[in-house]
Amino acid sequence: MWYSAGLFHFVIVSAIIFTIGLFGVFMNRKNVISILMSIELILIAINLNFVAFSAYLQDMNGQIFTMLILAVAAAETAVGLAILVSYYRNKGNIAVEEIDELKG
Amino acid sequence: MLLVGSVFFNFFAFLIIGLGYKSISARSSQVMACVCAFSAVICTAFLFYQTIILGQITQLHLLNWLHVGSLSVNWSLHLDSLTFVMLTVVNAVSLLVQIYSVGYMDHSDNIPRYHAFVSLFSFFMLLLVTADNLLQLFVGWEGVGLCSYFLIGYWYKKDSASKAAMKAFIVNRVADVFFILGLIVLYLNFDSLSFASIFARVAAQPDNLVVDVACILLFIGCMGKSAQIFFHTWLPDAMEGPTPVSALIHAATMVTAGVFLVVRLSPIFEYSPTALDFITIIGAVTAFFAATIALVVDDIKKIVAYSTCSQLGYMFIACGVSAYPAAMFHLVTHAHFKALLFLAVGSVIHATEGEQNIKKMGGLRTKLPITYFATLVGSLSLSGIFPFSGFFSKDVILEAAFLKGSISSNIAYYLGMAGVILTAFYSFRLFFRVFHGPVTKIKSIHESPKTMLIPMIFLMFTATFSGVIGEYVLRIMSHDLLFWHYSIYIAPVNNRLGQLHDIAQHIKIMPLIFASVAIGAAAMLYLYNNKVIAKLRFICVPLHKLLINKYYFDEFYDLIFVQSFKKISAFTYQKIDVKYIDGCGPNGVARFVTRVSGCVRAIQNGLIYNYAFAMVVGVILILTWYVVRFVL
Repeated sequence: MWYSAGLFHFVIVSAIIFTIGLFGVFMNRKNVISILMSIELILIAINLNFVAFSAYLQDMNGQIFTMLILAVAAAETAVGLAILVSYYRNKGNIAVEEIDELKG
Repeated sequence: MLLVGSVFFNFFAFLIIGLGYKSISARSSQVMACVCAFSAVICTAFLFYQTIILGQITQLHLLNWLHVGSLSVNWSLHLDSLTFVMLTVVNAVSLLVQIYSVGYMDHSDNIPRYHAFVSLFSFFMLLLVTADNLLQLFVGWEGVGLCSYFLIGYWYKKDSASKAAMKAFIVNRVADVFFILGLIVLYLNFDSLSFASIFARVAAQPDNLVVDVACILLFIGCMGKSAQIFFHTWLPDAMEGPTPVSALIHAATMVTAGVFLVVRLSPIFEYSPTALDFITIIGAVTAFFAATIALVVDDIKKIVAYSTCSQLGYMFIACGVSAYPAAMFHLVTHAHFKALLFLAVGSVIHATEGEQNIKKMGGLRTKLPITYFATLVGSLSLSGIFPFSGFFSKDVILEAAFLKGSISSNIAYYLGMAGVILTAFYSFRLFFRVFHGPVTKIKSIHESPKTMLIPMIFLMFTATFSGVIGEYVLRIMSHDLLFWHYSIYIAPVNNRLGQLHDIAQHIKIMPLIFASVAIGAAAMLYLYNNKVIAKLRFICVPLHKLLINKYYFDEFYDLIFVQSFKKISAFTYQKIDVKYIDGCGPNGVARFVTRVSGCVRAIQNGLIYNYAFAMVVGVILILTWYVVRFVL
């Protein structure tokens, strides 16, 4: 039964995606957009978790939560991109290594 | 109400001028100060009837101040004959000086500041004389010291002025330590600071040692304020201030605070013969020694300053021989003629545009006729020539000293008599040098404006007549102390005022003869025969050197106190302060913080991915701990 994936599989996939996203956030040295994308990945992994547990427990709450997270994620990405655009206008690049103004 | 007015009008003037001194114009500050001083004089004049004629003692409670344990101190105004005399002197001289200053300070800047401080000074002096307890008196005492600091250093851009101001303040502070000690001794033993209860308890149980100690300590405080020997060094230097200030503070009022205190505390001092002897000796030595310095000083103001020192010595002689009315009498007449002399001297300085060396002056008689007469009246009065006021008061002091007949009072009598000769001589040395002889080369000499002349003319009258009035009209010296209405206490044994009239005529007339001879000698030497002076000086080189260096008091104090103090402070500064306190304290802490934060700031490199990594590691660690702790 190739389609009969159980909870375990979903959780594994979700964990893998989550880890990829996590590493994407702090291994990435190039630009900020990929950080944003990595954050999306993390959120996706969590959504997947929610949906999988929702189906497993026969509870709709998880799926409703997923909808909310998707909406928030979209808004967050929009804001992130807006920040990026304005940052680019000010500094002329978006290389992560150059962004160190918090340096003490 | 009148009493409040006579004390607080000057404070009112200070508040108005002092608070608004940036926006107030020079003219309006002058008007304000003069009007307030005038109102205070009017208020005081109205108090005459009830205080002197009726002999009422007014006690006005203003505010509670301290109530700690058994110590209870109030702000209150106390008015009796003694206070009234001081009120009159302070307010009158203060008014005249304020008017005079309008003319004298014409060209200086920051006039509102000047008038504000003069008003504040008068207020503190009035607070001092109206006090009914020692602590309020001490507030006034310190207040006049403070104002004296402000006013001596009025031209603070001049280095010598600000140094003189500090010197006056510090010397006074040293004496004040003794004053406070005396105050503490009195409080510890009599459990009160108010005059009335201390007097009652001293009279009830005259514990000699305690009273002696307290009296001597308090008197040392008086020595500072009244510039007696050992503490006199600040007074000549205080001449750095504007001349009207010298007239008000360093002649007429502040320096007399010490005399006033002794007279006010006469019910205590009367129980301490030791302290009285001490006062007599100090007064006598000061009277003589300051007069000798005045013989050789060339600065016109310093001559008058040393004569103030010397005259204060006479007042203390009077206190020491229990002739307190004589001390007050001399205080009043001295206030008039010394203020007059100072104002006249100020007029000379004003006319010659700042020249103070009498050797560079001469022949000013024709140019400054009114000042000439003012100085003449002042000098005659100071020398004690009949019928000027100084004659009456000084005569009485010497007679009282003569009458007491103890060792100390005999010393005082002879030194005082020598002082009379010297006083007459140096006064007329100044007079002849400045107004007679070859005409000075200083150009554009002009008589002073009316605002300066009117106070001088007024003081000429009071300096002439206050002696006669005090002696024959007010009967200040009558032996039943009727004028004083119990504000002065003289032990019956010590009261020799009644015998003053029985003294042999030749003793009475002696000071007058001596003074006249000294004036004649001064005239001979300085008018006709300048060569003799040069010869005299040549003969007594060491003596002249000693006098011109003021007995080396300043050098001595510099060597003993100033230099050693500098050494001690250099040690504490370099070793204790810089090395240990700064090294371990502020600087040490700062170094430690810098080093630690140098390490910490390396962590904060500003790269987001490093922060994210640290966060993830943290989360993992927390999770691990959670799993290990709770799940497994």
